[in-house]
Amino acid sequence: MNQTPATTSRPTLDRSARQDLFRSMLRQYGGILLALLVLCIFFSVANPRFMSVANFMNVFQQVAVIAIAAFGMTWVILLGEIDLSVGSIIAVAGMVGAQMFALGWGFAPALLVTLLTGAVMGLVNGMLTAKLLLPSFIVTVATMSIYRGMVSLPTNGAPAMITDPTWTAIGANAFLGLPIIIWIVVALFLVNHIALSRTTFGRKTYLTGGNREAALYSGIKVDRMKIVIFMISGLMAAISGILLSSRLYSAQTNAGMSYELDAIAAAVLGGTSLAGGVGTMVGTLIGALIIGALNNGMNMMSVPYFYQLIVKGLVIIVAVWLDVRSKRKNA
Amino acid sequence: MSQPDASAVLTLKDVEKTFGPVVALKRMSLTVRPGRVHTLLGENGAGKSTLMKILAGVHAPSAGTITLEGRPFVPLSPQDAAARGLAIVFQELSLCNNLTVAENILATREPAVAGFISDRKLIARARQLVEELGLPVSVTARVADLSIAQRQLVEIAKGLSHDAKVVIFDEPTSSLSDSEAEILFRIIGRLKAQGKAVIYISHRMEEIMRLSDDITVIRDGEYITTVEARETTIDHLIALMVGRRMDEIYPPRIGDGPKLHVAPVLAVKGLTRMGDFEDVSFDLHAGEILGVFGLVGSGRSEVMNALFGMRRASGEIRLDGKPATIGSATEAIRHGIGFVTENRKEQGLVLSHALRPNISMAALPRFSAKGFLKPRDECAEARAEVARLAIRTNSIETITGTLSGGNQQKVVLAKWLATHPRVLILDEPTRGVDVGAKFEIYRIIRQLAAEGTAILMVSSELPEVLGLSDRVMVMSEGQVKTITPREELTPERVMSFATGGQK
Repeated sequence: MNQTPATTSRPTLDRSARQDLFRSMLRQYGGILLALLVLCIFFSVANPRFMSVANFMNVFQQVAVIAIAAFGMTWVILLGEIDLSVGSIIAVAGMVGAQMFALGWGFAPALLVTLLTGAVMGLVNGMLTAKLLLPSFIVTVATMSIYRGMVSLPTNGAPAMITDPTWTAIGANAFLGLPIIIWIVVALFLVNHIALSRTTFGRKTYLTGGNREAALYSGIKVDRMKIVIFMISGLMAAISGILLSSRLYSAQTNAGMSYELDAIAAAVLGGTSLAGGVGTMVGTLIGALIIGALNNGMNMMSVPYFYQLIVKGLVIIVAVWLDVRSKRKNA
Repeated sequence: MSQPDASAVLTLKDVEKTFGPVVALKRMSLTVRPGRVHTLLGENGAGKSTLMKILAGVHAPSAGTITLEGRPFVPLSPQDAAARGLAIVFQELSLCNNLTVAENILATREPAVAGFISDRKLIARARQLVEELGLPVSVTARVADLSIAQRQLVEIAKGLSHDAKVVIFDEPTSSLSDSEAEILFRIIGRLKAQGKAVIYISHRMEEIMRLSDDITVIRDGEYITTVEARETTIDHLIALMVGRRMDEIYPPRIGDGPKLHVAPVLAVKGLTRMGDFEDVSFDLHAGEILGVFGLVGSGRSEVMNALFGMRRASGEIRLDGKPATIGSATEAIRHGIGFVTENRKEQGLVLSHALRPNISMAALPRFSAKGFLKPRDECAEARAEVARLAIRTNSIETITGTLSGGNQQKVVLAKWLATHPRVLILDEPTRGVDVGAKFEIYRIIRQLAAEGTAILMVSSELPEVLGLSDRVMVMSEGQVKTITPREELTPERVMSFATGGQK
């Protein structure tokens, strides 16, 4: 009884933990980074201008709107939920900003109200999911429709011009040689990445997504997690909406249409499991870059839009299949 | 063992299974005769599961021969094995929760009319089967609405729905109460009488001794010996199984035991939840192990859930003499209560995650500052718990789901020990755990009590309750029937309280 052999625990824990980390990083992102590389090589061969710094900036800027929405989406999917209202919130955000300016508000208050609107729309999603116990898929299909309809309320469906110099500068200007949009994406990536990987809130997200009931029994307030995370998704979508309207100098009623699907695709390409509990912001960022590279590369090759849709869908299927397969092998 | 046995229905000869360099099973030989119960005994990881999977057609053996009724037996899938006359009642529940009992029992073999499943025939056939077996389950109930124990009975009905010559039970009683186990034993008796061969896998020595005709011990993937149940003892079997002598099953109390005259840590008075339990009152002292015994449906698990804030209940709970309201698990944990739940897969662990986050998950405030995790503290704690509980794992970053049942259960314990609980509720702490891990868990429980933790231990294994408790509380039909010091109890007295026979 006194001599159970396993009490002599392995001495190599620390060293191997570090190696494991590197290996797991490679295992986690190896496949998808390879996919990104293959795409880049392919597009550079097709059009040498693809590999230029200027074009990379371009890809990054184009990808910003989707990447930021995808950061929010990653939280939601990690929790085992889904948010289909993201595209509509993007449009609402632009319109709210435009209307604030139409009322003569300044930049700061308009920005604040816009962000708040996004968060409140997320709050509604979260409350309906957590408190009425409705599946988030159904809730956000409904709010996707509701929010999309609300975009047209102020203008009866017409686009609204935005002339505020600060708002439009976000999409047009640069800071220290880099477009402001890129600074924003990088900053938001860091905030989301650190929050997810370093904070108790991030940890609780993983645990709740991994096993809701076990999380509940461990004292994690699962309902509150849901509500806060849908608010994060709404907030991220609102920021996406601000960037989009700033680049377009206007709020369009059909802005961000079907962007939720690109955001989901970016997260899933990045290795986020739709079952919840597995995924990272790094993966999502790479996933968004793949989608950006695809869009940009095919535009440069003058591929018609409908072909682009088909190719994008196929790439997603192949990439996710490769990913799933390699993980199964390693498991 | 070597010459072919004419009376055998199932024979395994020198069966081996390797996975790459890993030898999971070697030189496994088994002779199973009709009308007899043959028990396979071994710790988790001894190779029983591999053997089951070979018999079920999940794995093909790397070497050796299997014959069923004299013909070579090479099943391609569990369905194929069943069709050839070998049925398996699985330990892990394989039922679809959103289907009815009837649909589950006859899954993939639903009676159909013109391609459409005939509900009427389905229900009739399932009902006939359930009645034949004498199961207290409605065939039209949804599995999701059944208790774990009832689900297990459905699983058994499903396994027996084929006309089998050999029936394998893989730990069928691990989630059954004693009275439900009795139903199962009756079923096994009936199968025996019908001349069927039964292969029985269990960790519960008492029932093994009672049921078995032959017992084969395996250890580390290797065949050790086959003995007749009549000619052996529990101690002998355990010694064979673990390869070392077990002088006693339950470790003795460490130190002087609880101080029952001082004020209790936890005092519960008149706790009531209509329909579940009523007027539950008891005291729990530091260092005390209060065993809670009751049959399934006695309300014992519901009381534990209420104490942990997972169910609303009226009544008074005092911690260290101060009234406490416990409205959620968060509050319970803040009050220093830990809860090792009955069901580790569903309520205990995130199986897809590593050990480290599982161990820290109930004590995140201890491993963080201003909302940021302190990975160093977390790792140190996880490592300390792994060492303290002798959890067999390569690293704290191993995925929890890959561990054996006993080690998973220790991870659940580790998770609660990491919260430094004053009161630890254990609901079926050794369910589905092999004997070796069981003893280690008992030792840990003793150790915790000696360190002053107040322990509330729910178990449906009577020997476990009597072997560890300082006092025993018996519940029946939502009421506390008695709270009595261990010394004054016999198994018979406890059972008579539990069945409501004594006032």
